[in-house]
Amino acid sequence: MTNFPVEKIRADFPILAELIRNKPLVYLDNAASCQKPQAVIDSIVHLYSHDYANVHRGVHTLSVRSTDKFEGARTKVKDFINAASDKEIIFVRGATEAINLVAQTYGKANLKVGDEILITAMEHHSNIVPWQMLCQQTGAVLKVAPINLQGELIYDEFEKLISDKTKLVSVVHMSNALGTINPVEKIIAASHAKDIPVLLDGAQSIPHMAVDVQALDCDFYVFSGHKLYGPSGIGVLYGKQALLEAMPPYQGGGDMIRKVTFEETEYNVLPYKFEAGTPNIADVVGLGAAIDYLNAIGMDKIAAYEAELLDYATEKARQIKGLRIIGEAEHKGAILSFVLDKIHPHDIGTMLDSLGIAIRAGHHCAMPVMDFFQVPATARASFAMYNTKEEIDVLMKGIESLIEVFG
Amino acid sequence: MFEDLRDLYQEVIFDHNRNPRNFRVMENADRQVEGFNPLCGDRLTLYLKMDGDKIVDASFQGSGCAISTASVSLMTEIVKGKTEQEAEDLFKKFHEMTTGKDEQINLEAVGKLAVLAGVREYPARVKCATLAWHTLDAALKNEQKSISTE
Repeated sequence: MTNFPVEKIRADFPILAELIRNKPLVYLDNAASCQKPQAVIDSIVHLYSHDYANVHRGVHTLSVRSTDKFEGARTKVKDFINAASDKEIIFVRGATEAINLVAQTYGKANLKVGDEILITAMEHHSNIVPWQMLCQQTGAVLKVAPINLQGELIYDEFEKLISDKTKLVSVVHMSNALGTINPVEKIIAASHAKDIPVLLDGAQSIPHMAVDVQALDCDFYVFSGHKLYGPSGIGVLYGKQALLEAMPPYQGGGDMIRKVTFEETEYNVLPYKFEAGTPNIADVVGLGAAIDYLNAIGMDKIAAYEAELLDYATEKARQIKGLRIIGEAEHKGAILSFVLDKIHPHDIGTMLDSLGIAIRAGHHCAMPVMDFFQVPATARASFAMYNTKEEIDVLMKGIESLIEVFG
Repeated sequence: MFEDLRDLYQEVIFDHNRNPRNFRVMENADRQVEGFNPLCGDRLTLYLKMDGDKIVDASFQGSGCAISTASVSLMTEIVKGKTEQEAEDLFKKFHEMTTGKDEQINLEAVGKLAVLAGVREYPARVKCATLAWHTLDAALKNEQKSISTE
């Protein structure tokens, strides 16, 4: 795309100028974590240098400034995903903690023996294990909707698994191991037809597309800041207000209370009910800066540019003999997972690293997906808005060369 | 193109990766232990035939990266004919070579295993090389179960 300002964007990310093993960095591990623009880095430095104190506490100037920045970031998140209210934005450590929060509050309060939780076969471990733990605690049962060899959800099978026993549907919006984008609109409509709430794991989708939680009508949406060009250690749980109001608190402590005596405690209002203790103030502010940065570019433009990168990479990859793409869904985000004949992904990873290319090699925290495709691991190149076709050329040349070396 | 990697991926390693030695199931093995590296999915089954405290035969099955395949292939060759104590001593020297301080390295003492010394510079790959030996260690201690690098 000629009018996407990729060079200008690249200049905003200081780490992209690093030399790795004396070669220009080609960073293609964005599905694991994205790099940070200077604006995000500066926002954190600025907060600690000029505006920092604890939030929601004091009457002094710095506490007010810090609180304004912290709550300002919450509003930015609310607007970014088009939530109805700031009260629906709960800050947590990441998508993983958000799912655990829902499992241990909503799940524990609403599920009993024999009830079912429905997920898909392409989930990240973070959308499997918290439900298994909940099942152990409650006697509920985890149901898994299958995928096909393209790495797509078999929707008819999914729909068949929705039953009167289903109490929660929790699905990944975009798969980290395969790139598949799920038909979440259909999933949500079918689930709501039976009054079943739906949680969307948005860890991968959030940096690649515009997300509107009201248009989607999902009940919960979770994501991590570090995959959205923001800091690590901060994430978001979005929940519909009525659901959050009815849920018991997650952790107890300061900030989540309104009144405490030794006999009883009155919990605070949303969103604070779920934010016990001093929050991760600086990284919330950093996440707000990341959202400002992305809004200035435009999520739709980013999505279009990345689609072009993925098409280009897929076409090039298909020309390499002995390369098999894992995950060829029709509707797919900017992730290229692949294996090479007789060359283990870890060897691919080390070889490419020596050329300055960072990819992920492993099971991508999705061991059941690896089992399904009968591979121990895959190599995964995942693209971000700052990647270029030239970088994809470097990757493909590297892959061809290492195939030659392994002979 | 991969000049920087010559120490890690020596020709001997490519050779053992392409044609692993002793790559077979052993019927009537005296010891059989599975080794697993959950981080990368490497998985191997090691078989030993013992005569008293002497290893008279060693073989393996499994899948892994070039480093781990070459390491287990080389190991099955080198431990044949060794006593349990000699094999454990070799494991200790191999371990020092891959993870120890520079002054502990004695390349002569490990013989042809010295081709794996390059993993020292690649902390993410050390476990690929040592999985075979941890599995052997478990087999010699007669632990009839799976072992994991994690």
